[in-house]
Amino acid sequence: MARRNGTKKAGALDIRSITGLLLGAYGVVLLVLGLFFTTERDLERAQGQNLNLWAGAGLVVFALLMLLWARLRPIEVPAEQPADAPAP
Amino acid sequence: MIDRGSGRGRSSVEPGVFTLDAQPIDYLIVAAYFGVVITIGVLARRQVSTSLDFFLSGRSLPAWVTGLAFVSANLGAIEIIGMSANGAQYGIASMHYFWVGAVPAMLFLGVVLMPFYYGSKVRSVPEFMLRRFGPATHLVNAISFAVAQLLIAGINLFLLGTVVEVLLGWPLWVSLLVAAAIVLAYTVLGGLSAAIYNEVLQFFVIVAALLPLTLAGLNNVGGWQGLVDRVTEGPGGAEQLSLWPANDLTGFGSDLLSIVGVVFGLGFVLSFGYWTTNFVEVQRAMATKDLSAARRTPLIGAFPKIFIPFIVVIPGMIAAVSVSELVEYKASGGEGGSAGGSVDYNDAILLLIRDILPTGLLGLAIAGLLASFMAGMAANISSFNTVFSYDIWQTYVKKDRDDGYYLRVGRIATTAATLIAVGTAFFAASYSNLMDYLQQLFSFFNAPLFATFILGLFWKRMTPTAGWVGLSLGTISSVTVFVLSEIGVFTLPGQGAAFVGAGVAFVVDIVVSVLVSLRTRPRVDAELKGLVWSLTPKADRVEVREGANAAWYRSTPVLATAAGVILVALNIVFA
Repeated sequence: MARRNGTKKAGALDIRSITGLLLGAYGVVLLVLGLFFTTERDLERAQGQNLNLWAGAGLVVFALLMLLWARLRPIEVPAEQPADAPAP
Repeated sequence: MIDRGSGRGRSSVEPGVFTLDAQPIDYLIVAAYFGVVITIGVLARRQVSTSLDFFLSGRSLPAWVTGLAFVSANLGAIEIIGMSANGAQYGIASMHYFWVGAVPAMLFLGVVLMPFYYGSKVRSVPEFMLRRFGPATHLVNAISFAVAQLLIAGINLFLLGTVVEVLLGWPLWVSLLVAAAIVLAYTVLGGLSAAIYNEVLQFFVIVAALLPLTLAGLNNVGGWQGLVDRVTEGPGGAEQLSLWPANDLTGFGSDLLSIVGVVFGLGFVLSFGYWTTNFVEVQRAMATKDLSAARRTPLIGAFPKIFIPFIVVIPGMIAAVSVSELVEYKASGGEGGSAGGSVDYNDAILLLIRDILPTGLLGLAIAGLLASFMAGMAANISSFNTVFSYDIWQTYVKKDRDDGYYLRVGRIATTAATLIAVGTAFFAASYSNLMDYLQQLFSFFNAPLFATFILGLFWKRMTPTAGWVGLSLGTISSVTVFVLSEIGVFTLPGQGAAFVGAGVAFVVDIVVSVLVSLRTRPRVDAELKGLVWSLTPKADRVEVREGANAAWYRSTPVLATAAGVILVALNIVFA
């Protein structure tokens, strides 16, 4: 990250963006598995619950919240002397 | 306490006894995770400008990030495998390891100790020792700390390797080398900055895997009430559903002794000794942007820490009543069940994963477990790196070189530490009970350090000589207890020897330090400002709360009180 002029937004390196993207991708994969590839054995082992579907949906929602948070309240990386810089 | 059988001859991890049926899509999920992790390391490297950036991430991270990293650094193999094993064996009482054995010490760290660490801008506990007591104490502490990190990294690597072995069927030595290579890759590429990012990511992936596991497991046994009924009918009985007095866990017959054991043994000497002096965790708080955020780091971490046992201990309990091999094993009193003792409590969470999770979630669980097991080791390696390059190399071997030089030393130290950890992993493998081994290490290294640290912090009269003499004799006395019990002079059950060793080390250290202090010359008050409680003005111990830090939810007392209230409530609910 360039540190020349004042503060700079963390952008894609923001941990929330990375978390959101990775968990979101996992969520989509689980959703697809849950919707189209759930076997009888899977259902039987979880007393009829489609675990991939539920977990996938949960992950997608969580990922969207993370991405939204990162967008609404971006982290600003201070230029110099971070300890003395005002909080973002 | 992990049950016997986790060491040499782990029959439970031989391929064919039980393996997880991972499909290509599961491997893809795991590969995606590590792809992201390595990418972050490479990206983080571009930020590396000076060595301070490398080690402390430029002190610019927000408190919620460091708080999660703080907890995640500790959410490793020992915690997940060990505490689910405890849940399977002892039930709800295992929660003590979190609610008594961790959270109070974390709150104490944030409220009382953090200003001293952050204010003095030390990079490690040894460096704090240098300021407070001078070079001799510093050197003793730095060496003992570095050795401890290498040994503990070995435990983490060994557990990681055995899990890779059972998950994927690779031989242990291959698993160890591959795991070591990945840990090394991202630590070297990105330093602490990458470690913190990865720890946060790991935290979420672990929760994403273990939360569905817990809920589905509970659903399978008929909800909470179903679990209660089954545990009550089980070999442990209803006693395993209550926190107190935890006789099974402590091994004490008397209720009172057991409660005293939990509160003072686990809650004070071991827990405070671990959490307040362990820079693997404390270093996370040092990467924040100001004192307010540094103090909030362990406080924010306390909240997930309070709830982690629900997705670790509870699955262990569920496994013990629902996985047939484990039910048999427990019914036989933990002496070997089906297939001649092919499973034990250590396998609890893996067995539950095998029985419940479908392809997809299975991959997520594998990624989460591998990631968390790496977290512990990466944390050990990165704090070894800091202590070796700054505290030992820069201070005593090669002084006054440029930043780039020490950065290179740090990278070489990281590589060397990883290789040594492969060796200590085989050493750890020779122990029949890893928790015994770990507690033993804590009794050698943490108990005396805590005694010296806490006495030096609150008693300004304590002298530099007392520092190193107390520390050395504390460790020596603990090692002596260990040797005496090894050669059979006395025998104590389970981790008894380690607990006695820790107690002896603590007492010897305090007594010796006081005696030596009274006969040697203390440092002048002016040199101890910011290092001793009574000589630090209140203004330096409290952060400036203005701007963004003024928000009520960023207040140290509010966070600490909220965590405390939740703790008390949980102790009442599960009493």
